This record gives sequence, C-alpha cells and structure tokens, in this order.
Amino acid sequence: MNEDSPLKQTPLHALHVSLGARMVPFAGYDMPVQYPAGVMKEHLHTRSAAGLFDVSHMGQVILRPKSGRIEDAALALEKLVPVDVLGLAEGRQRYTLFTNDEGNILDDLMVANRGDHLFLVVNASCKEADFAHLQKHLGETCELTLLDDRALIALQGPRAECVLAELWADIATMRFMDVAEAALHDVPCIISRSGYTGEDGFEISIPAASAEDVTRRILEHPDVMPIGLGARDSLRLEAGLCLYGDDIDTTTTPVEAGLEWAMQKARRSNGAREGGFPGAGVILRQFTDGAGRRRVGLKPEGKAPVRGGAPLFADTEGKVPVGTVTSGGFGPSADHPVAMGYVDIAHTANGTQVFAEVRGKYLAVTVSALPFVTPTYKR
Amino acid sequence: MLKFTDEHEWLKIEGDVATVGITAHAAEQLGDLVFVELPEAGTALDKGATAATVESVKAASDVYCPLDGEIVESNQAIVDDPALVNSDPQGAGWFFKLKLSDPSAVNALLDEAAYKELIA
Repeated sequence: MNEDSPLKQTPLHALHVSLGARMVPFAGYDMPVQYPAGVMKEHLHTRSAAGLFDVSHMGQVILRPKSGRIEDAALALEKLVPVDVLGLAEGRQRYTLFTNDEGNILDDLMVANRGDHLFLVVNASCKEADFAHLQKHLGETCELTLLDDRALIALQGPRAECVLAELWADIATMRFMDVAEAALHDVPCIISRSGYTGEDGFEISIPAASAEDVTRRILEHPDVMPIGLGARDSLRLEAGLCLYGDDIDTTTTPVEAGLEWAMQKARRSNGAREGGFPGAGVILRQFTDGAGRRRVGLKPEGKAPVRGGAPLFADTEGKVPVGTVTSGGFGPSADHPVAMGYVDIAHTANGTQVFAEVRGKYLAVTVSALPFVTPTYKR
Repeated sequence: MLKFTDEHEWLKIEGDVATVGITAHAAEQLGDLVFVELPEAGTALDKGATAATVESVKAASDVYCPLDGEIVESNQAIVDDPALVNSDPQGAGWFFKLKLSDPSAVNALLDEAAYKELIA
C-alpha cells in the first residue's frame, strides 16, 4: 500500500464522521477505529446486545461460470482453495483460504453459492491481489467482477436477529452460514448469517447508494450501537479467529494455523477430489504427519497484555525460543489479556506454560484452548 | 504550580516534588486503559526516560519522565484500577511523585495556556 496515496472512503464514511468516530487509515481506507462510547463499551455491547460494523472496505467478488453451470465455477475455484466448493449447497457459505505453491496462505475468505454464481468476500488489504489471482487462474471459465458499488455491514450479537426480524420476519429461519436475498427498507440486500465476533450475527451487502439510509435506520434501534475496528479486533481475538496479515500469511500453512476443520474430506488424502490446489503436497503431508509448529491460544497469567510480535520462550531467561505471539491484547469479555501465536509442536498442549518477552521481562503465558469465549452461532 | 509537557503530561509542583500524570487529552486519545505499569520508589530517571507504560485494549504506550529526578511514590490505585486514569486523569489518576534533581527546570515547561494552545 502506497503511504502517499489518498485514503479511500466507504459509502458510510460520512455516517461515521457524523457519529463522532475517530478515523484511522486501515488497508488504504479511512475507517472508524472507535466511536465516542470507546472500545471497551463497544465490545461489551456487541456481546450483550448488537453491534453494527462497516466492513465495506472488504472485497466482494462475483464469480459467474461462462458455461452457466455453477459446478464449473465451483470446480474452477477448487483449483485455488483447499475446501469443498462443489459440495456447497445453494444458499450456503463457507470459510476458505487461497494457498500458494509453498502451501502458505495468500488470504482467507468466505465463499457462498448463490445459485447461478459464487459470491466471495475477501480481505481489504488483499482484494486487488486476490482479484488478479482469480483473473489469472479462473478467467477462462468464469466472468469475474470485483464489486465497487456495494457496501457491506455486519450486525453482530444476541439481539441482531430480533433487530433484523423487524425488517424481514424470515430472518429467523436462517442458520449459521446461510445466505439469502431480502429487501430491508425496500432495498435488495444479500444477507449471510455469519461474522467475525464469535456471536450470532449477520453480514449484509447493500447497494452503495442506499447503504447510508439502511444503516442509519438499523442504528436507530435502541439495541444497536456502532462498533469500530478496535472492538472488532478484540472481539475476533476472544473468538479465536485469525486476522490475515497477523495470525496467518504467506509464512504459515493451514495446518500450522490449525485450520484443518476448513478442509472438507473431499479435498483431503483419499478424498473424492484429493489435492489439486496450490501447495497440496505440503498441506496434505502436514495434514497426515502434523506440522512442526501450531497456532494456539495464549493466556497471559498477569494483567499485562502480550501483543503481536512478542517472542515466546520455554524458560524465564529467554534462552530457549519456542515461538512468537501473532496477536494479543485485552479481552473485555474474558476480563483478562488474551493472545494467540505459534509455538513448537512440543509446547502446544493446553496448560503448557511458556514465557513472553515484554519490555525486557519474561511474563508467564499459558497455552489455552481457543476461543476464549463460547461462540453463540445458530447452527 | 501546574505545568505541562508536550508529551501530554501534567506536573503539580510542591517544593521540589512534582506529582505527575497524563492530561485529560492524552487519556481521551488513549481510550480505555486496562493496564498500568509504574516505576518503583527509589528509581532515578533522566528526563525523557520511559517512566511508566499504559495499555489500552488496542495498544501499549510509554509515559516519559518529564524532568530528571527520583521516584518517591507511585500510585498503586491506578495499577489496581487503570480506569481511574480515564475517569479522573488530573486527580485520582496521578501516576507518580518525582523528587526533582533541579527544581528550577520546571520553568522551561509549558503553562496551562501554552498546553491548551498545543492541543487546540
């Protein structure tokens, strides 16, 4: 990202400013890091009621098969991802990853089967590269569109369903990872029951021209509060969800990252469509034999947060390195510091004590099960 | 006498001891604090040395020693409850008391009007 290029704005930029948000540069966009309520209140409100996030900076991509057959788009995409896209039913979405020839991760994304096309949501910082990657490998079989005329918002938390049910009664019939089309305030939206907080919730793709109006109306509901990037990070961290660029990147494999669950049987060894994605050799071998290191949850024993980049050691003097923290901070719902990172395979068992170097001290950190909070997805 | 630094600290000067904290502006910019680490009494610090560390949900920040001196007391109350720094930054949320090596050095610090201009 060129530091000098002017920051882009989402269709909700003016709304954030009018709500008193503190704006910061993020992935080339001028984004709200927090609103006047502050990160702590925003985080807790999302877990107790409903939080509204602007995630319009993320890339929304349509993959339309030139043959008209959705199977062709699914099989084409499977060449780039280690998951079962062909088996994804219409109206369903799943988490996946773009891998490279080394078996490392280029991006993580959501893919939905929308009947006559696939709908992808990718990270803001990767969207141009992802789109070029798709063009290069799928351009023959699919017509690709990176949508620049749609906003994306997320409404997350235990009250999200009730709030949206006032606009569309059928929302209650959706299960976790369902995708549907519905009109909210007469605006046609694409709604998925998913999110990035560990809470039940929805992501809503809205035509840009109507985005501010629809969002303002949802914000009028007394249960809904706008939430900035600060709380978005602490919420996903407590939920044990990876942040691309911090917890997963082109130096980590899906197996090291503990993302085996995202790879369905059909793509694993002896599956119906075994391998056939970039880096399959490395990834399938690690799937069977394990990797030398693994992403784990880390609970600092003291009050001091342990943040991304902190080296981890087996001892209190920093002599035996065992890994690195990739992201960490304070978990407002957990009410203690929370972190995740990679440790050598010998130190991955829950309860293992390691030591993080923070400002010259070696702080006790316990390997802990992720997530730090119990997810409330409506499966 | 109340003085300020361009690092957003305030100093309440009584004789040769300065009570030091961060300004309301700084507390607001940092957001909700969740952790505070303070220097121990007896620690000698130079002007500009890291005296304390504060952490919000999102990030860690250093608090610098505003003048040469020796720490004579730290405020355990903000270690136990970092939110005090947000709720009362220029009162109960004080950080430490510093015995100044050279009390006349305070004259070079900002007065309230100059600080207000700095953050305007």
